[in-house]
Amino acid sequence: MNRRSFLTTTAIAAALAASGLPAFAQDPLKVGFIYVGPVGDMGWSFQHDLGRKAVEETYGDKVVTSYVESVPEGPDAERVMTQMALDGNKIIFATSFGYMDAVMNVAAKFPDVKFEHATGYKRADNVATYDARFYEGRAVIGTIAGRMTKTNKIGYIASFPIPEVIQGINSAYLHAKKVNPEVEMKVVWAYTWFDPAKESDAAAALIADGVDVMLQHTDSTAPQAKAQEAGIYSFGQASDMSAFSPKPRISAIIDNWGPYYVQRIGAMLDGTWASEGAWEGIGAGAVKIGEISDAVPAEAKAEALALAAKIGAGEYHPFTGPINRQDGSVWLAEGEVADDATLSGLNFYVEGITAELPK
Amino acid sequence: MIMLVKRPTPSIFWSWATPVIAVLATMIAGGVLFAALGKNPLDAIRTIFWDPILGPNAGYFRGQLLVKAGPLILIASGLAVGFRAGIWNIGAEGQYIMGAIAGAAVALAAYPAESVLLFPTMVIVGGLGGWAWAMIPALLKNRFGTSEILVSLMLVYVAQNLLAYMAFGPLKNPQGFGFPGSRNLQQYASAHNPELIARTGMHWGVVAAFIAVIATYVLMARHIAGFRIRVAGDAPKAARFAGVAPTKMVVFCLGLSGALAGLAGLFEVSGPSGQITDSFNAGYGFTAIIVAFLGRLHPVGILLAGLIMALTYIGGDSAQLSLGLPAAAIQVFQAMLLFFLLGFDFLTNYRVKLKGTRA
Repeated sequence: MNRRSFLTTTAIAAALAASGLPAFAQDPLKVGFIYVGPVGDMGWSFQHDLGRKAVEETYGDKVVTSYVESVPEGPDAERVMTQMALDGNKIIFATSFGYMDAVMNVAAKFPDVKFEHATGYKRADNVATYDARFYEGRAVIGTIAGRMTKTNKIGYIASFPIPEVIQGINSAYLHAKKVNPEVEMKVVWAYTWFDPAKESDAAAALIADGVDVMLQHTDSTAPQAKAQEAGIYSFGQASDMSAFSPKPRISAIIDNWGPYYVQRIGAMLDGTWASEGAWEGIGAGAVKIGEISDAVPAEAKAEALALAAKIGAGEYHPFTGPINRQDGSVWLAEGEVADDATLSGLNFYVEGITAELPK
Repeated sequence: MIMLVKRPTPSIFWSWATPVIAVLATMIAGGVLFAALGKNPLDAIRTIFWDPILGPNAGYFRGQLLVKAGPLILIASGLAVGFRAGIWNIGAEGQYIMGAIAGAAVALAAYPAESVLLFPTMVIVGGLGGWAWAMIPALLKNRFGTSEILVSLMLVYVAQNLLAYMAFGPLKNPQGFGFPGSRNLQQYASAHNPELIARTGMHWGVVAAFIAVIATYVLMARHIAGFRIRVAGDAPKAARFAGVAPTKMVVFCLGLSGALAGLAGLFEVSGPSGQITDSFNAGYGFTAIIVAFLGRLHPVGILLAGLIMALTYIGGDSAQLSLGLPAAAIQVFQAMLLFFLLGFDFLTNYRVKLKGTRA
């Protein structure tokens, strides 16, 4: 037993002792969710709420879930999570990166309450983190994009220059290029996760630049509407956005938190919950590829699905060398696979992307 | 038949009664709304207005009430002085951001040096940051006759983009693995604006808010400058004859409100929030406009209005959590408050007459 797991187990034992073994009590387990957007955003928060519903469906009256939506990051989040803890919630899912320090503050005050923080990097004995390997899904839709472009210009509406987004751009570009060596990637930074007006402007800028296939890393459907107007192709983001299928939306990259939430609540119920950093992808079902529409030729569709299957089975890693950095230096040698530490702090483009990464 | 007769002078009784009536009307209309959503209206109203003050766990919420009301009161006190003079600073949100950036930048530049002088310096620089941002609309108005309403509002968006730039660029935590956001000032003793007495929520920003209430009261009620401000607002021509220079008035009012907004930002970033992030501003600058009017532009009224506004936020989150009310319903509820206030406000200036047969 190493030091970390020793601390974890003792903390859990202490917590269970202090709280009178809630796991085996008659009372249902109270589970709180805090969302940064409205549950009706049809994107990020919506998908987390689907995960919450999956928990309710799976465990029925063994759990009681509640949520607070549209909570700004900062002191408000801290207050809402404190409120949840005071209300007797035993596990709280904080579903936005910006809740990180608030989670740490509240977790320190309530050692017998478990916290799950999405996409962050700070952990404690009662704080676990979880994230999804979205770059796996980006590889698949990047492949489709590479096949579908006629102008050889693919657009990417990026949100913020953080590792997750940079992984996505790199992965989409690498796999588009694999099937279409002529491909060029245009990136526009919208500096928002959800702002229909800004996203719409970003889409318009890409379209004016000659892009005919567009990926988005922002959550609204505004770019889909723009793509429809311009007659170009797009991909759903976070949720399926199937309202825009079969065109312009030809597929989607979907966040699917349900399996993780169900598994973690299960661990709470049987008393095996421990703090860890989960990072699942297509294999565990955390990332899903939305239905590939008929606008995509059958061959390209089969190719994309085969790639998804290979990634899901763990036979292929989207970042497998040889891959050079944008400046031409070697990142991964032939056959070398990117390690998680580098990926989770990724701050450079791969070779071939001409755009400049904002610093 | 109902007739409206303009009062020769605004009714003092109604000017104080309308906020109370507005709050009551909001409760009734809000209750109808909540009932339409299938919730028990009495439960909802109790959760929002009663529980945070006197319910279980009120000990925690009373402190949070001050944390939430502090910046609102501080900003609204400054705005109200300008509004009385007919100078419309709509950009307090931007000045709030700039105060926070300026003050936090001082702390981050000094990191990790510890000094008792650091926090006072941050306070001064934070106030200056807000003041300087407010000077832009002031000088443009005096020099070119631009509308301070538009200029100050537009500068909010400039400030927001500057905030994002700072969070991703110069002020980014060098030990943050490339993630956005500055160091957390809560972990930097010299720069931290802590809770002064445990569990009261009282921090220097709340103290400053109380001082601002007293100071603006003295200014407006006991000082010649306050008299001039009121005359400038009520009768601009008379004020000019009396030797009140409109340009000085613009500089003073925008400067004061900008400095107080900047201070609010500084106290927030060094205290409850802790860091500069792209989502640092949570709308205090805009909500403070509502608070100023809800408080009849009177310092004591603003104090009460700020507390009531904070109550609807905290109670609103509680209602989401315990009753499952959607956030949008809470926002509608808050908007009703201003709507009814403005609606009933005509009683201050008009008398309702029931016209009989004599007509």
